[in-house]
Amino acid sequence: MRVTVNGADHTLTCDGGRRLSRVLREDLGLTGTKIGCDAGDCGACTVLMDGRQVCACLVPAAHADGTAITTVEGLAEEDGRLSALQRAFHRHGAAQCGICTPGMLIAAHDLLTRELHPSVRQVQDALGGVLCRCTGYQKIVEAVLDVTSNAPDPALPDSGAAVGARVARLDGTDKLNGRDLYGDDQRPADALWLRIVRSPHAFAHFELGDSEAWTRATPGVAAVLTAADIPGANSFGIYPTLKDQPVLAEGFVRYRGEAVAIVAFETRIAGETTDLASFPVAWTAHDAVVGIDAGLHADAPRLHDDSPGNVLIRGRVACGDVDTALASAAHVISGDFRTGFVEHAYIEPESGWARRAGDRVELRVSTQTPYMDRDEVAHVLGLDQERVRVIPSAVGGGFGGKLDQSVQLPLAVAAWVLNRPVAMLYTRPESMAATTKRHPSRISAKLGIDAEGVLQALSFHGDFDTGAYASWGPTVAGRVPVHAPGPYRLPHVTATSAAVYTNGPPSGAFRGFGVPQAAIATEMLMDQAADRVGLDRLEFRLRNALRAGDRTATGQVIEASVGLAACLEQLKPHWQRYLDEAATANRTSGPLRTGVGIGCMWYGCGNTALANPSIMRLGLRADGRLTLYNGAVDIGQGTYTIMAQIAADALGAPLDRVTQVFGDTDRTADAGKTSASRQTFVSGKASELAGTDLRTQVLRHTNAGEDAELVFEDGGVFVIEAGRRRAIDLSALPANEEGDVMTGEGTFDPPTQPLDADGQGVPYATYAFAAQIALVRVDTELGTVTVEKMVAAHDVGRAVNPTLVEGQIHGGIAQGLGLALMEEYLPGRTENLHDYLIPTFGDMPQIECLLIEDPEPLGPYGAKGIGEPALVPTAPAILGAIRHATGVVCRQVPVLPHRLRAWIKAGDAEAAE
Amino acid sequence: MAAYFQPRNLQDALSAMNDGRWTVLAGGTDHFPARVTHVPDESLLDVTAVPELRGISHSETGIRIGAATTWTDLVEAALPAACAGLTAAAREVGGIQIQNRGTIGGNVCNASPAADGIPALLSLDAQIELASLSGHRTLPLSDFVIGNRTTTARPDELLVALHLPATALTGQGAFVKLGARRYLVISIVMVAGTLDLADDGTIETARIAIGACSAVALRMTALEAALIGARPAEALERLDTSHFAGLSPIEDPRGDPAYRNDAALTLTRRCLARLAEAA
Repeated sequence: MRVTVNGADHTLTCDGGRRLSRVLREDLGLTGTKIGCDAGDCGACTVLMDGRQVCACLVPAAHADGTAITTVEGLAEEDGRLSALQRAFHRHGAAQCGICTPGMLIAAHDLLTRELHPSVRQVQDALGGVLCRCTGYQKIVEAVLDVTSNAPDPALPDSGAAVGARVARLDGTDKLNGRDLYGDDQRPADALWLRIVRSPHAFAHFELGDSEAWTRATPGVAAVLTAADIPGANSFGIYPTLKDQPVLAEGFVRYRGEAVAIVAFETRIAGETTDLASFPVAWTAHDAVVGIDAGLHADAPRLHDDSPGNVLIRGRVACGDVDTALASAAHVISGDFRTGFVEHAYIEPESGWARRAGDRVELRVSTQTPYMDRDEVAHVLGLDQERVRVIPSAVGGGFGGKLDQSVQLPLAVAAWVLNRPVAMLYTRPESMAATTKRHPSRISAKLGIDAEGVLQALSFHGDFDTGAYASWGPTVAGRVPVHAPGPYRLPHVTATSAAVYTNGPPSGAFRGFGVPQAAIATEMLMDQAADRVGLDRLEFRLRNALRAGDRTATGQVIEASVGLAACLEQLKPHWQRYLDEAATANRTSGPLRTGVGIGCMWYGCGNTALANPSIMRLGLRADGRLTLYNGAVDIGQGTYTIMAQIAADALGAPLDRVTQVFGDTDRTADAGKTSASRQTFVSGKASELAGTDLRTQVLRHTNAGEDAELVFEDGGVFVIEAGRRRAIDLSALPANEEGDVMTGEGTFDPPTQPLDADGQGVPYATYAFAAQIALVRVDTELGTVTVEKMVAAHDVGRAVNPTLVEGQIHGGIAQGLGLALMEEYLPGRTENLHDYLIPTFGDMPQIECLLIEDPEPLGPYGAKGIGEPALVPTAPAILGAIRHATGVVCRQVPVLPHRLRAWIKAGDAEAAE
Repeated sequence: MAAYFQPRNLQDALSAMNDGRWTVLAGGTDHFPARVTHVPDESLLDVTAVPELRGISHSETGIRIGAATTWTDLVEAALPAACAGLTAAAREVGGIQIQNRGTIGGNVCNASPAADGIPALLSLDAQIELASLSGHRTLPLSDFVIGNRTTTARPDELLVALHLPATALTGQGAFVKLGARRYLVISIVMVAGTLDLADDGTIETARIAIGACSAVALRMTALEAALIGARPAEALERLDTSHFAGLSPIEDPRGDPAYRNDAALTLTRRCLARLAEAA
């Protein structure tokens, strides 16, 4: 075939039925075109073919014969500068993780060649075939609308002014020109291609058949590895004492999608053309334990020996006297609520490659937690941790899902045992079946209020389906009782939780660790309570809001940075405007009803009452160049950028002097996991400390005072003191192995105290606070919900980079909206991105962000986390708005159209009686 | 070993069909999604270069749509108002990427209960033209798609074109689709309709088809009969739940039978209201 790609002619020989996406990536090395689903569901592989956007995964190579293809690599100007479209994406923060960005850019390019000044609706229609899981789409739309302004690139802030500035992502350019290398973009040409044989059953015994015969009969198979081939321990898990999941199952599986064998193929094509259903396994399936009720049933089989009753762990927070307080409360509101499995649906499936290098093993994988990966690999290979090196690839979305082991362990085992480079990419159905989910929940709660509308007591119990293995179940069970009271003063609380083993997929970490589920329950009760006492829902929350100096249910006194009241005060005019708008809209009769809702939340940043340190280093070379050794993995949220902003300001250097070594376990210190909304707060503080440490060293070296100004320029470092400028001679200093003559180091471990049996202690050093309001329209005849607009008020302590903070809020709202309205993972039934629905361009409201900065004294420049807080209040706000519109209390999410329609009809029937 | 054959004329395509060893490939939008976990070793017959399968042509007898016509081709074609539902359906298929590649013939042959094109085609009395080495035959769409993923095409027959008869092209068409999100969504329920008015402004002919509520999209013949003689503005009053008795929706993650029946009624009302407004 002959094809012109980005203006260059190519003559290729390949199978006419081969996916164009593979031809571009594998044969032409153009890895800017991404693989997200291979089914046309996500649009990440969108390219232009003869001037029209197509999914390259759906185009047979033969159809590209004689055509002109444009990929993301072909969008830049001829001199290599970013195009106007790419620059608009850059300055608007329209790329977060960047995995969908090539598809977005191509679709936008397609639109702009037809319509240079499109409407919002035209942008949505043209880009609607590309899914994004990070941005909530708003900044993408804004960027496309702003291309023709051709506004200049934002200038980098002056020295000392980086924190608080809208710095465009420092790693943004490569995400926009297709050069950033994700897990599947960088494997060596001679790598074996790995695939995993997985269980089609949720609960089964099995016997492996004659895999040697199968290997001989199957073209391209290099090796088959089973549990017997694992050099070290065949177990992994988040908690050192709870490594209950096998790398490869041994005779017994506990969930659909569990791994039983690794097959190494000589080539990727061989791997992708082999039907693994032919692999010889004899299955004996059993009735699976599905759901919390089944897991807790007295007759349920015990799924793990150490967990009688299938209860993995319980959590508890108790203070005051709940029974008495509820008995004497003027009003008691109670309710039961359920949520289902939710899939992370990052657009980049799990992927990476590994090789053995002598007595060491090296992995390049898409991960949120390179140090935990290193330790798990060492455990499974039976090696010291120093013999494992993990370098994160660019990460195409994580959201908690890449806090667990996926490709890491098969890659490490195969690379080690076979002594060959190995690579793999999960298929989309595999990614969905095999990896962790948000915990389904079953929550019962009871809220007591006095006659004046002051909260008195909360009784709360939540059961969480932790699936087949522990994963992050203990974290959820621990975090939920602490957060159950919400951001309110509550003198009497009993909040308990249980994580329950079932034959579901392992439930793990997912943006919020159970708090979003709990907030749905308690915020719905708050709405009903407000109505009962006759108070406006916002006023009721404000009356009960935690304030600085208040004591929480764990007995912690929060002294500072308690910004909920400020969030609510700032929301008031918007709330009133929404209420007026709804009242006006509802004067018209008809099936459309408008409603307004509010959700509040608090969120502890960092691990729950556990050590949670981060170490950052900032190196200085003799020629004045600075290197930040940054181990805080950027999964799209922006740690690459904000750690540099913070470190630069702390040192007193301009941002453009700071280069980075990023997330390499050999070269960066352990910054901990990208989880629990901790990186800005914890690693940000470590970056600040590294910067101040280096500054102190430089000043000491030159005998300058603390107030002296440092100047970093090509050719050296200068100090200005009392109007005198002096060069600092660093040439005499010895350089370390990185070439630095000085290294500032910062370590921060947020101060917490262990929780006792009643959950009393200091679980977190700081909390983020937020309130969001939503205006929705419900089609009462069809049960469909359109979220028209939202205002999100977030106390972030200090917005280190407001553009990135807004991006987190938009993306969190998108995932909260999905949780509320459409997302429900059903094993075996919604294992793709057309049956499992995440929000598209047309499903998002117009979002306005209000950033409240109530500084956290412990945080870097007052900052605290935003990643998870962005999501937590969204579903409550939407559900509250649905109730306001229809009177229906939604006790189960997602509120799919058929559910809401049934509840509306039931409510109508009740009203008619 | 897999082969890939892209015949340039119908005769070669039909000869290949006669072999029986080929998997037919057109736009690929259903083909590749069925081959995600592995790509089987199969021989592909790419029919997109066959001239008879391309293009939309108008004649006195109606409109002929080549089977390999894409959704975008339909959207961009100048079609009569009766085809407004077909065009609307084309705009709702997947994203633009899918519309640029997916074909109307593929949609029909894939025979999904939720195929977006079929209700609109039924509301246009579409005829199916099949060809084989033994000749051509034409049959109504309703006799072609007869079950979930089941058609009456013989293994040696190729879908060449769809014909919309002139008698079905004189009125106004509309299409309403319900999904759980805005873009890239599989229909929960869809309704397509066309209305023809007599000189006195009453309904002379109504063709209403509902998709995703039975194994095969169905024409609502009882409803169509009931609408005859009504003024468009009064059409809604003629609606009765008994008209929908032929529907047999299934339960799946997108909805349950009670909801689908209920939504079919609501969407039919809205489709009729839209038709009345346009008529």
